[in-house]
Amino acid sequence: MSINKHIEQQSKSNQENNNAQNPRVTWEGCSVLLDINDGDRLAFARLTIGSALKIGNKQCPLQSLIGCAFGSLFQVENGKEGPFLSRIPSNSEGNDLQDQGDSQTVDVSKDNRALVDNNMAQSLTEVEIEELKRQGVSGSEIVGALIANSATFDKKTSFSQEKYRLKKQKKYAPRVLLRRPFARSICETYFKKNPEKIGWLRIDSLSLLLSMANVTANSDVLVVDLLGGMLTGAVAERLGGTGSVCNTHHGVSPYPIDIVRIFNFTDEICKRIVHASLSDLSVSGEHSVESNQPEDLCNATKQSNEDVVCDTSNDHSNSMEEIRITPEDEVLPEKPTSQDKQQPRKAVQAGQKATSEIMNLWRENGFSSLIVAAPNLDAWSIVKELLPLLSFSAPFAIYHQHSEPLAACMRNLQHEKMAIGLQIIEPYMREYQVLPSRTHPHMQMSAFGGYILSGIKICPFEKN
Amino acid sequence: MLFIEQSKKLSFKKCISDGDLNRFGAFKHVDWIGKPFGSKVFSHKGGFIYLLAPTPELWTLVLSHRTQILYIADISFVVMYLEIVPGCVVLESGTGSGSLTTSLARAVAPSGHVYTFDFHEQRAASAREDFEKTGLNNLITVGVRDIQGEGFPEEFSGKADSVFLDLPQPWLAISSVAKMLKQDGIICSFSPCIEQVQHSCETLRSCFTDIRTFEVLLRAFEVREKKLESWENVDGCSVGSASRKRRQPSAEGCNGVESSVAPSVVVRPASEARGHTGYLTFARLQCLT
Ligand SMILES: C[S@@+](CC[C@H](N)C(=O)[O-])C[C@H]1O[C@@H](n2cnc3c(N)ncnc32)[C@H](O)[C@@H]1O
Repeated sequence: MSINKHIEQQSKSNQENNNAQNPRVTWEGCSVLLDINDGDRLAFARLTIGSALKIGNKQCPLQSLIGCAFGSLFQVENGKEGPFLSRIPSNSEGNDLQDQGDSQTVDVSKDNRALVDNNMAQSLTEVEIEELKRQGVSGSEIVGALIANSATFDKKTSFSQEKYRLKKQKKYAPRVLLRRPFARSICETYFKKNPEKIGWLRIDSLSLLLSMANVTANSDVLVVDLLGGMLTGAVAERLGGTGSVCNTHHGVSPYPIDIVRIFNFTDEICKRIVHASLSDLSVSGEHSVESNQPEDLCNATKQSNEDVVCDTSNDHSNSMEEIRITPEDEVLPEKPTSQDKQQPRKAVQAGQKATSEIMNLWRENGFSSLIVAAPNLDAWSIVKELLPLLSFSAPFAIYHQHSEPLAACMRNLQHEKMAIGLQIIEPYMREYQVLPSRTHPHMQMSAFGGYILSGIKICPFEKN
Repeated sequence: MLFIEQSKKLSFKKCISDGDLNRFGAFKHVDWIGKPFGSKVFSHKGGFIYLLAPTPELWTLVLSHRTQILYIADISFVVMYLEIVPGCVVLESGTGSGSLTTSLARAVAPSGHVYTFDFHEQRAASAREDFEKTGLNNLITVGVRDIQGEGFPEEFSGKADSVFLDLPQPWLAISSVAKMLKQDGIICSFSPCIEQVQHSCETLRSCFTDIRTFEVLLRAFEVREKKLESWENVDGCSVGSASRKRRQPSAEGCNGVESSVAPSVVVRPASEARGHTGYLTFARLQCLT
């Protein structure tokens, strides 16, 4: 197939879906990740007419971000009616300024021996700056004024001058980068801001889980996701509206998967995200009629109450506007009116109860793979129940923050001859600063990304 | 139940774990047909192997190394960081042994496509053959082309969601990559040496942002059951004898005291590991208004 034909087909099917699978421009109601001042602050938000981002002590409307390409850069400007976001050409400025440690080694013309930092160097006062802002003077102009009024600026090394300029720019002309919420950026954001919520699952561990469990289109992936939906969402993203991802649980209540709402999933993808209890999955085919009931009830609720989110039992996912990344760094709630407008459009909710048809299919064929991420549970107690639900030769990957439960689980799998290719690994990831004559690993790194036990289920020996 | 098809026997055979086939005797392939995946099958000598369904991970372990290849840690990270999902169009060069290509294909399936280029004609042909055997030929197109010299073909301009480079001088291909990518599209370049990274990053700065370089590795752990004797039960003589005996610590010390401890599961990192594969540099095409 030629590339043009392929692309044509792709865009045609996108139009049919009416919601592109992989959109690169924002739309009203879409979820975005806002990167403020080069990662200093990260916030998820939904773009609506009424939504706003709090910058300093002022509300900055997000409406102007609707219809912009992901990757666009904005700067906060001071308008007569308060701050607003104005599009600026993106640049790699600031990239050159990564850590303070090496400044001395590079700048040979000047050094900072004469620099006395006594807070007296700046002659422009806060009151004067506020006045400039009120007059609508742009942030960049304020930064310029600060530099002009700094007694020590000229004495600084060029590296320190740049640092000073950047610091002032972040304060008086903050920049907002518009990002796509993808498994990658969502995982990185939570890992940075609220790692506990995703069980300290680092991005490289998540990547390995998806590979080791051979997640691909048309697979039926069984998961135990106690990471608030991070894992379920990442799997669903790889399924792209095919196959299914089933989050299984013990007892009656499914696990919350509110992170799934941050992804911009199409209805087709949402449909593929379901939950089922272990007892429902384990019941043999004949009994499956009974398991129809709760599902019908759920459908009934949905039909009779179109504009209410169908809340499957206590999967009480708060609307994503309330998701807090960190206590200080929450995304602002929108005005209730725009929220009302938005909800009915979301007809399909992710995380419905699995239908009896699909459960029968799973019983017949087995799941194609298993991923477990339950940071506070005993791994073996889960694996021994779920492995029988997989098809033969199905790969599985178990994430844990401790090695002992994985080691015990591995031992048991070996003794019971349930799996081969068993391996416990710990991923390691290091980021580098790459700059002319200043290349080295980052001074700070994450020292731990969890452990993973992986393997392949085998056919019980008797059956040979 | 899944069945092994006769036509795919060869590739399946290659995917079977537990080492060299010849060591375990001769296996009759007809015996395998109709068996479920995950079955244990025996040779005439009583040796055994498992029949496994192929995955890109297994493929990476068994493929014939015509070049250096990428392994699971780098591969999984690349697929995640390049944000490859079903339907994506991905460009790659060089194809090499096709280790990464197989995982790229898995990620773009069922509606996307991987266009991979190598200037080595034989390697491209072998890779093409492999993809046919593994049934991925509808997702992968292998082209012969000097990507450093000529760049990617013009027909892909503005159509690639992501591009991956594993080339000796990746910076020579970067301006072409910028042309190929959709807006906000991502490039990844894999280089074993830091000088290559340095050079690539300098070139990337002209039209890419968000330039980040990573190194990812894995540490494997050994798990075993071990009796950790209480100090009072062990004297110098039993320490000496234990070190000569392999693995199984004696249940009795030489002073005749019975061991009171149950074996416990212990874990330690393997003594050796792959210490370096390469640096992964990612960047996003700058978004111009
Ligand atoms: C290290 S291998 C790639 C391995 C591959 N990533 C894998 O996982 O199997 C590098 C390949 O790049 C190819 N290559 C080198 N220079 C090239 C060029 N200018 N254009 C296209 N391919 C090139 C080589 O022939 C070689 O097969």
